[in-house]
Amino acid sequence: MTDTLTDASPLSFEEALERFDPVLGFEVHVELNTKTKMFSSAPNAFGDEPNTNVNEVCLGLPGTLPVVNGKAVEYAVKLGLALNCEIAERCRFARKQYFYPDTPKNWQTSQYDEPIAFDGYLDIELDDGEVFRVEIERAHMEEDAGKLTHAGTSGRIQGADYSLVDYNRSGIPLVEIVTKPIVGAGARAPELARAYVSAVRDIVKGLDISDAKMERGNVRCDANVSMMPKGTTTFGTRSETKNVNSLRAVEHAVTYEMRRHAGILAAGGTIVQETRHWQEGSRTTSSGRPKSDADDYRYFPEPDLVPIVTTAAWVEELRAQLPEPPADRKRRLLAAWGFSEQEFRDVVAAGLLDEIDETVAAGVSPSVARKWWMGEISRLANARDLEPAALGVEPGTISALNGLITQGRINDKIARQVLEHVIAGEGTPEEIVTVRGLEVVSDDSGALTAAVEKAMAGNPDVVEKIAAGKLKAIGALIGPVMKETRGQADAGKVREIVLAKLGIEG
Amino acid sequence: MSEISRADVEHLAKLAHISMTEQELEKMAHELAVIVDSVATVSEAVSGEIPATSHPLPLTNVFREDEVGHVFTAEQSLLNAPDAEAGRFKVPAILDEE
Repeated sequence: MTDTLTDASPLSFEEALERFDPVLGFEVHVELNTKTKMFSSAPNAFGDEPNTNVNEVCLGLPGTLPVVNGKAVEYAVKLGLALNCEIAERCRFARKQYFYPDTPKNWQTSQYDEPIAFDGYLDIELDDGEVFRVEIERAHMEEDAGKLTHAGTSGRIQGADYSLVDYNRSGIPLVEIVTKPIVGAGARAPELARAYVSAVRDIVKGLDISDAKMERGNVRCDANVSMMPKGTTTFGTRSETKNVNSLRAVEHAVTYEMRRHAGILAAGGTIVQETRHWQEGSRTTSSGRPKSDADDYRYFPEPDLVPIVTTAAWVEELRAQLPEPPADRKRRLLAAWGFSEQEFRDVVAAGLLDEIDETVAAGVSPSVARKWWMGEISRLANARDLEPAALGVEPGTISALNGLITQGRINDKIARQVLEHVIAGEGTPEEIVTVRGLEVVSDDSGALTAAVEKAMAGNPDVVEKIAAGKLKAIGALIGPVMKETRGQADAGKVREIVLAKLGIEG
Repeated sequence: MSEISRADVEHLAKLAHISMTEQELEKMAHELAVIVDSVATVSEAVSGEIPATSHPLPLTNVFREDEVGHVFTAEQSLLNAPDAEAGRFKVPAILDEE
């Protein structure tokens, strides 16, 4: 007997799909954005000094007792409802026991056979509009673990000399969303994987129950993949790729695992049931730990916590508070705004849907709102290394700037300057235009005419061209006039005056 | 009497990170069997209709307001730590995943 083959070259994606059908499954962990932790009043905050957002409960000190954060339960129910789940009338927490230094109690308080939400689904829209239903098995509450840093020569887990633990993350409320096996996605499995995680992220963001930043680990995805020979229905052995923390990585990890499984199976080998680590650099996965005795978590009901009971009235009250589902909202806004598919996708990718929606609600046309947010505001934000939304530009500001432009009181260029002054905290656009004297030079005093005359006198060749009918040459006079009026001239008005002086019909 | 094998105890000891001698494993297998039998007498007193209890008090929904309370300084957090570095607990390297 030879050893069982457990490794082989991956097949190409096309070859893999000719012979096998993928089966997917996802476990997505969502960190809730409550002010405090799941079972203690320590703050739920990101980016602070290590071990400063902790108290005796987070550190698992002997004799301490957990108390459930009611807000976290409310958020979990809302998420369950948004995932079209049933909400348990009664459920409990359980101890999931394992020894690892990220969990100082030696168990994670989680839910086992009594999740707060179960039997739901999400309809996932792919890029071409095809809708794929993903069934949700359950969504349960639990607590996050501390953060380990592996120190030593290699910086990797293997070969580390020791580990350092920061318990700030310990006890942050999580909801883990588990799908049922997803069958039938075929070649679209990687795309579906990405779209599913994206949909979950949009939902928790829309519900405002999570900061939903994947790069900060607010939304984390474990991707299960197995392959079964075409024409069969028995699932193959699966691998679980842990902590795939960007949408792009989810898509690539599923693609790679499909190819890897197919390669091993096609060569007559066996898939090892194990966790895999995603390697961003090579876009591959590497072997983690095989499933073993250590996965015997000996769950039992948490004796320090009492059951949670949800009344139908409370659940319905929360259901009534749910926002429009993100997928419905996108469809509605795309139709209402009249953007091209590409323009709309860019807006979504830039995360500016809310801002543009609010700006439109403040009375600005969708195309103008898009131009401001995707253009000048994004540019100013980039220069400051901030998200556009973090600049604090109010929809009313865009509305006011746009009003000043349409009234002809400022031009686009001045409007962009005014915006910078608004961001610097100098006041409203109206105040800034007044205080700084930025209003377009009207010709009441003849100042604009004087500036135009000066420009014409200084550029006789240009004037000759215009007189000969080359009206585009007027552009060459705009610059000098702007210079003379410190940028406050209205280009349209300059054109009028030039044409009038030359006796040409505009 | 319940069957608790020496292998069962060995498995549990491994999961619980408790090191036990051969004699202790044998002794514990016997003692655990007695304990399991004792606990099993409870099931004689209840019918299948009664839901399992995990808490002696008939309470539900004991919740806390989502308001920030006290926290430790990093120095306080690390007071009982056998070893620390850069404000973090220092623990032996563990060959496992994160």
